[in-house]
Amino acid sequence: MMISLHYEVDGQDFALAGEASSNVKKVLKQLGVKPDIIRRVAIAMYEGEMNMVIHANGGIADVEITPSKIVIIMQDTGPGIEDIELAMKEGYSTAPDAIREMGFGAGMGLPNIKKYTDQLQIISEVGKGTRLEMTIFVK
Amino acid sequence: MAQYFHSVTLDKERCKGCTNCIKRCPTEAIRVRAGKAKIINERCIDCGECIRVCPYHAKKAITDPFDVIFSFKYKVALPAPSLYGQFKNIYDINVILTGLKRLGFDDVFEVAKAAEVVTLATKHLIAGNKVQKPAISSACPVIIRLIEVKYPNLIDNVVPIKSPMEVAARMAKRIISKNTGLPQKEIGVFFITPCAAKMTSTKAPMGSDCSFVDGVISMSEVYYKMIHDINKITHPENLSTAGMKGISWAKSGGESFALGDERAIAVDGIHNVIKVLEEMEDDKISDIDYVELQACTGGCVGGPLTVENNFIAKNRIMRIARMAPNIDLVTRFDDLCNWDISWTNPITYKPILNLDNDMVKAMQKMKEMENIYNSLPGLDCGSCGAPSCRALAEDIVRGFATETDCIFKLREQVRMLAREMMELEGRMPPPFRKDE
Ligand SMILES: Nc1ncnc2c1ncn2[C@@H]1O[C@H](COP(=O)(O)OP(=O)(O)OP(=O)(O)O)[C@@H](O)[C@H]1O
Ligand code: SF4
Ligand SMILES: [Mg+2]
Repeated sequence: MMISLHYEVDGQDFALAGEASSNVKKVLKQLGVKPDIIRRVAIAMYEGEMNMVIHANGGIADVEITPSKIVIIMQDTGPGIEDIELAMKEGYSTAPDAIREMGFGAGMGLPNIKKYTDQLQIISEVGKGTRLEMTIFVK
Repeated sequence: MAQYFHSVTLDKERCKGCTNCIKRCPTEAIRVRAGKAKIINERCIDCGECIRVCPYHAKKAITDPFDVIFSFKYKVALPAPSLYGQFKNIYDINVILTGLKRLGFDDVFEVAKAAEVVTLATKHLIAGNKVQKPAISSACPVIIRLIEVKYPNLIDNVVPIKSPMEVAARMAKRIISKNTGLPQKEIGVFFITPCAAKMTSTKAPMGSDCSFVDGVISMSEVYYKMIHDINKITHPENLSTAGMKGISWAKSGGESFALGDERAIAVDGIHNVIKVLEEMEDDKISDIDYVELQACTGGCVGGPLTVENNFIAKNRIMRIARMAPNIDLVTRFDDLCNWDISWTNPITYKPILNLDNDMVKAMQKMKEMENIYNSLPGLDCGSCGAPSCRALAEDIVRGFATETDCIFKLREQVRMLAREMMELEGRMPPPFRKDE
């Protein structure tokens, strides 16, 4: 048994960012998933969504829910990440000033995704795009 | 008391079965069945939105009849501070309190006073990092109930302190018992309420086993009883002891002002509250210590049982508060910290959203729900009695509704049936058929 959800994350509309993660949150509550798991999924997914909006002009998100785990795949065709290890460091950010003024760009997104997921795989190629695969175990 | 006591109830006679309330209910707790609205108990949070939006006044708040006070030897009124904002041209709290006594109360104890104690205790919890930040005010029972059913991840953020109403009830009983020598059970304390939710919270207390409040009386009822004579009070008794901070609790922003923490925000109106809770749930609200959340627009002055327009009442409260003494709370904490004001029972998650307790079954139902939803017209017209097509799809998989409750689906089926009938009718018995 698996529930698959698919979202297009609009890179132009800041106000809509976060819609996919709040929708997933609602679905997980309806499925009776434990509150702490929902919280981890929501935060990780929100950060991934924001990264696609801020750094990659949008992308797509796929969520696969099974009774044992939740897998979130986020893909974009943005600029890619040159040095993934560096990008994973707390505080590292290439966000422009305008974005920082809006309260983003603390360089905490990827570290938080790492913290809140059980497994994280990042594949990225400069000029081609980025793919994040996050897994959170339900039990 | 029953787990699902609700003060908000339906007056069947008046209900026309329209869609106003089902559409506005923040927890989708109302359906129309057999031409009448039906409140789903598990989901209702007693916010009173339906009382406000019903054009036929078919939703009401059950409160105690005024005469309950006479079953006690010594009767004490506990006025919510929002009462002070109800009377035109009256800026002297003593006039209002004297007016209350003339209705038959032996004494008054201001809930505003208890609110000061709650502020003080909250300050200590925040300063001592004893509650998860941002801390959420526990004064409005609607918010607590909402968190219990929909935001389990925020339970630890709720300030585990009894509401000013409960603190007032405890203080009043003890102080008056000490002063008069009467046993506490002979002293009846009656809350003058701006809302249905406070009534519910005395029947199904949050954070404690029992309520100390002996009765809850509607503010509008008290208002109409007082209004005739209040202008004749020329020599009011000197009864008020509340300070500016406690009085400010009547309106949105008052708690934050009393707390004196610049990292506090005040959010009013249930739909705004939901937006903020969603963000808090995702950790999106940082650098804030305290979140004051009130279900009613404007705060308690906007409660469904108030009389005055909440904007006017708010202004009046501000003017009254300005004239009250600005008591410095901290120096007096020692006298007050002995009241048992902390929660004794933690609040717990009471999920209402899950489709099934078994995750696999819930997943099956969700798939089914998606299919049903995709076959519905998506107009959210409400004719089926559910607030939206999505809600109907959910009701169907939960077994509370059927697909033909949708009038468009019904029409489709009728049309199919009609076609079949035409076909049948066209079939002649063999001897009369043209060829074959
Ligand atoms: N999808 C992406 N495409 C291209 N670059 C990315 C992407 N996601 C992250 N990055 C790069 O990795 C850096 C670190 O990301 P991270 O999410 O940790 O911080 P941030 O987005 O800059 O700030 P914050 O998430 O705290 O608002 C980013 O500044 C950006 O250079
Ligand atoms: S805001 Fe005040 S009046 Fe309104 S429901 Fe909450 S406690 Fe009652
Ligand atoms: Mg980021």
